[in-house]
Amino acid sequence: MSVTTAPPAAEPIPVRGKGLEPRTGGWFVRIAVLVIVVIWMIPTAGVLITSFRPEALVDTTGWWTALAHPFETSQWTLENYRLALDTGGFASAFLNSLAVAIPATVIPIAIAAFAAYAFSWMEFRGRYLMFIAVVGLLVVPLQMALIPILRLYNEGAIVANYYVFPDLDLNGTFLGVWLAHTAFGLPLAIYLLRNYIGSLPSSIIESARIDGADHFTIFWRLIIPLSVPALAAFAIFQFLWVWNDLLVAYVFLGGSRETRVLTLALQGLVGREGENWHLLTAAAFISMALPLLVFFSLQKYFVRGLTAGAVKG
Amino acid sequence: MAEIVLDHVSKVYGAEGPSAVSDLNIAIEDGEFIVLVGPSGCGKTTALRMVAGLESITEGTITIGERVVNAVPPKERDIAMVFQNYALYPHMTVYDNMAFGLKLRKLAKDEIDRRVREAAKILGLEEFLDRKPKALSGGQRQRVAMGRAIVREPKAFLMDEPLSNLDAKLRVQMRSEIARIQHELSTTTLYVTHDQVEAMTMGDRVAVIRKGVLQQVDSPQFLYDHPENLFVAGFIGSPAMNMVEATLARSNGSSTIEFGGYRLAVPDDVFASRPALKAYEGKQVIVGIRPEDMEDASLVPDAPADRRLSSGVMLREALGADVLVHFMIKAPAVITEDTKELAGDVGQEAIEAAEKGAIAGESEFLARLNPRTEAQKGQPIDLVVDVNRLHFFDPETGQGIYEDGTEPGEPRSA
Repeated sequence: MSVTTAPPAAEPIPVRGKGLEPRTGGWFVRIAVLVIVVIWMIPTAGVLITSFRPEALVDTTGWWTALAHPFETSQWTLENYRLALDTGGFASAFLNSLAVAIPATVIPIAIAAFAAYAFSWMEFRGRYLMFIAVVGLLVVPLQMALIPILRLYNEGAIVANYYVFPDLDLNGTFLGVWLAHTAFGLPLAIYLLRNYIGSLPSSIIESARIDGADHFTIFWRLIIPLSVPALAAFAIFQFLWVWNDLLVAYVFLGGSRETRVLTLALQGLVGREGENWHLLTAAAFISMALPLLVFFSLQKYFVRGLTAGAVKG
Repeated sequence: MAEIVLDHVSKVYGAEGPSAVSDLNIAIEDGEFIVLVGPSGCGKTTALRMVAGLESITEGTITIGERVVNAVPPKERDIAMVFQNYALYPHMTVYDNMAFGLKLRKLAKDEIDRRVREAAKILGLEEFLDRKPKALSGGQRQRVAMGRAIVREPKAFLMDEPLSNLDAKLRVQMRSEIARIQHELSTTTLYVTHDQVEAMTMGDRVAVIRKGVLQQVDSPQFLYDHPENLFVAGFIGSPAMNMVEATLARSNGSSTIEFGGYRLAVPDDVFASRPALKAYEGKQVIVGIRPEDMEDASLVPDAPADRRLSSGVMLREALGADVLVHFMIKAPAVITEDTKELAGDVGQEAIEAAEKGAIAGESEFLARLNPRTEAQKGQPIDLVVDVNRLHFFDPETGQGIYEDGTEPGEPRSA
């Protein structure tokens, strides 16, 4: 993950003077990294600046012209945000997105943590094969599953005159979209969490068993507290994925004004008023605000959690 | 507190895999401190884990306090285990680490508090009770692991190389501390180590294991003085016993052993304590000489000629209290499965060096001399051997030659 280059392991012992100072990345590397960061951030900066400019200026001049005299207050406005929140219906879409994203993050994590523990620390027949099967599901594109799941939601599934999945009429409900996101998220969740939980030192778990703990106690008292970095890392993944998802929400929740999520509202804005850049940029930033907050508040877990499975410690 | 009996215990991995432990019989008395010792991979840890219930038992029975525990899960065996890497719960304080097992057993709060504080007092951990394990030094973590076992007041302590992660000085200190605590609590203890010094200093009895097979169980001194076979002889004692193939000869009413042009007298006392040796007269035997049973001849001026070896000093290592002297003997080194495994524990180079020596008809000897010796590297040296303390082994079986009733070449029944 780290961008700076690590010094080569076997450095020849410096003879005199030269090379005694610790090796840093070097100017070339630093400049290269800086250039990459700046290039990647330019579009986002453009969107941010545009979202604060009045409509007339947005339509006539480029956003970078605002940088020429940044302290001229007449070229800045909050009107775009007010319009997007009120008339664009972004406030309710924001709440809908939250209502989808939070349960769709919590449910798969809860299930995956149990599964990961079982795959790592409980002995049962076919454990390895079942794990392979779950990981194998990672390659199934979710688009392939949309129609079958829709039919399942609408009609249930009948095998030999028995309902194996009852007709719950889940289409268009929040529960339906939670279940869909849970199902699509589980393979990766189980895979990531099993790798982490499986790498916890076995002697800790054995010690707890001798101390008198059963599986349930070991799971809640040891595994969960020790797996916080991995759980947090996956939570960020899943939350961002669900938050930014358009397809699954559109298929299972629909595009009506009452149930639509942020991404759908944003898309509607493009379709209807493709020229309204001032509104689009403000709306985009509204939809970005929460993920940014989540990411920056949990970023230390994000970096640590991804590498945690690779090297113990 | 209870006795632990391992009765014909075997462990086989997989359907036809190698057996990690075969036919192990040990009866540990109530309150006894038994050390399982052997080179790495000899099955000693597997044996311990079977007693703990972390490993299933393929054959035989394990009894803890008259209850057969083969099918009893670890938490119901009422034992406590100390792991090599301590296995502390990293997210809990020292207090909670020790209290964890008691809370799970639903003890009253004030009883838990009393036991934890008492254990902390015994171990000198009182000021660290609120710390997390990562804020402790290695020695303190080791104490916490001990404390977690003590507070449980279990029937037995099981310890799996608990000192191997400590530095040398701390290890010596903790060694005596564990022995002291065990003595005070008189809790039955099964202790696994690969370090024969730990085994000798801590155990009431020591069980030497090789490739899953028990070689000998006895008090440390008895193991040292009467090793059952070449493996025990080579494993117990540091530096290791010197071994060489020799011929036992008898002429004019007195016996000698001859090897590499040397001739050492074998006094009648030796035959008296080893009646079986009589049958080997005129035959090959393996003679073992402990490094400490040799002395610089210049410090023992009146030693008779038939107790002396002369050679040249290859290497001199001064340890302060004594001086180790390496020298070559022109007799083939003993190469058996036992000695190979002992050398293998040191490293592949040690096996090769021993094999090369065997082909060249040379073996390296080591003597532990009084520091007043003036032996210098490259100088010739005369050594006096305490011939009353020679060890004899059958060259075919590698078994020690002691009592009567065993024919040469036939393994003694234990």
